[in-house]
Amino acid sequence: MMNKLILEVSGLTMDFGGIRALDRLDLDVRSKEIVALIGPNGAGKTTFFNCLTGIYLPSNGDIRLVSPQTGKESRLNGLKPNKITEKGVARTFQNIRLFSQMTVLENVMIGRHCRTSSLILGAIFRGRKTRKEEQETIDKSYEILEKVGLAEQANEFASNLSYGAQRRLEIGRALATEPFLLLLDEPAAGMNPQETADLVSLILQIRDEDHAILLIEHDMKLVMTLSDRIFVMDYGEKIAQGTPAEIRVNRAVIKAYLGEDVESDNA
Amino acid sequence: MDYFIELFCSGLTRGSIYALIALGYTMVYGIIGLINFAHGEIYMIGAFTSFIVATVLSIYGFPLAAIVVVAGVAAAIWSSAYGYTVEKIAYKPLRHAPRLAPLISAIGMSILLQNYVLLAQTSDFLPFPELIPEFAFMEPIAHIIGSSDIVILLTTTVVMLALTFLIKFTRIGKAMRATAQDRTMALLVGINVDRVISATFIIGSALAAIGGLLIASHIGQINFAIGFIAGIKAFTAAVLGGIGSIPGAVLGSLILGLTESFATGYISSDYEDVFAFSLLVLILIFKPSGLLGKAETKKV
Repeated sequence: MMNKLILEVSGLTMDFGGIRALDRLDLDVRSKEIVALIGPNGAGKTTFFNCLTGIYLPSNGDIRLVSPQTGKESRLNGLKPNKITEKGVARTFQNIRLFSQMTVLENVMIGRHCRTSSLILGAIFRGRKTRKEEQETIDKSYEILEKVGLAEQANEFASNLSYGAQRRLEIGRALATEPFLLLLDEPAAGMNPQETADLVSLILQIRDEDHAILLIEHDMKLVMTLSDRIFVMDYGEKIAQGTPAEIRVNRAVIKAYLGEDVESDNA
Repeated sequence: MDYFIELFCSGLTRGSIYALIALGYTMVYGIIGLINFAHGEIYMIGAFTSFIVATVLSIYGFPLAAIVVVAGVAAAIWSSAYGYTVEKIAYKPLRHAPRLAPLISAIGMSILLQNYVLLAQTSDFLPFPELIPEFAFMEPIAHIIGSSDIVILLTTTVVMLALTFLIKFTRIGKAMRATAQDRTMALLVGINVDRVISATFIIGSALAAIGGLLIASHIGQINFAIGFIAGIKAFTAAVLGGIGSIPGAVLGSLILGLTESFATGYISSDYEDVFAFSLLVLILIFKPSGLLGKAETKKV
């Protein structure tokens, strides 16, 4: 049975001056699915994430998002990053971008910003609604910290965490925005085998809680075990797509990664 | 000894007024990296608003306490409206322009607001009604510290504690800190950065307006140009403490206030500004990031 479509990208193109970083890219993600986006360095994977999250304005093409809860459809091109987050897309970064001068708890609480509403007047007069909202934010943030295994370090500064813990905190902060689509940019980069194993079980747990995940990753073992489907990019173009088993034997993919076939038997 | 304590107290008063204005500079710099040269004018507009409101209310014979509160609130609201508008029309369109552009725009705004008040209110010094009376219980120490000094010190302390609370614990405060640390990331966790920047201008302007009311009633007269020198002094204080740092702005302001007070008291009042700005030059030479500021590390 096919799951519901939640993200449909069609003909997405991104030009920087004369350089075409993304070339008519098509991609789709369905609910409860783990989709991997792989390709050699410079293939345009992170550019693609930047287009999805509103950091870049795509030169051409369409990004459609369908909320699995409400079924509401929206077009993401041209929206500001904070609006896209509100619609239910959250991301992490290849190089960690935590708010390092804030505590672990505050980092997660800040993720709940777009789901809460009190402003200056609320902060000054502190009515019942504001206080209730603040308590809810704290409770939900602790829930998320439990999930990513950081509840005990809640009051540490984010910069004092170990590398693997910082990565988990980034995922926690993204989850706090209540996304249904989570974009992970090289979540396992620089992790040791134990940390990677923890990450895999965390990602699976997040998927089971009704999130779809789109991830960029270079760790092929992780990609092959986790993904339901894989998209392969090279020079801004999609060169292949399919299940892990299909991708493993795809000639175009092998060529992109390893260069021209040495045996060249079909010459 | 009494003289020393008197100078110390007047230095603290001076410093806490500088702090109210310096906080606006430092918060705006922390968030959008702009030195808002129009901030001194926001303070001046706050003083004028409270002047007008207080004068009108005292004609109708309202009690002094009511006048102070109403004038303070009116000044805070009106100045905030100016601060908000200045940001929207002069800085927001230039957010992605080279850094020099909004700076020039800020100077332009400063001149514009000064001249607008000059045209509306003339260049005369206007007598500001005395809003803070001499309290009877202050009699024994009145030769060391005046009633208005005490009121100023108490008000600024309360305001600064409230600000610390706001920034540390509330939703908008967290959003402000997040935006200051990494604006793109703040957008990506769903923060409406435009609104956070507006909030910063509103809070900074309200603080400056309260400073305007307090100092005007302390000195007893205002005119259109008071924002210029107060703005430059508060800016000096913010740089001294480390621009972008909130405790730094308060510390820098107190040091500047005390320096001026002692220099005036022991040497000559003619040298007040000389000492203030010598301090600025020295800090820029020997510790350009300020006392509590972080040295800027370029991202590679």
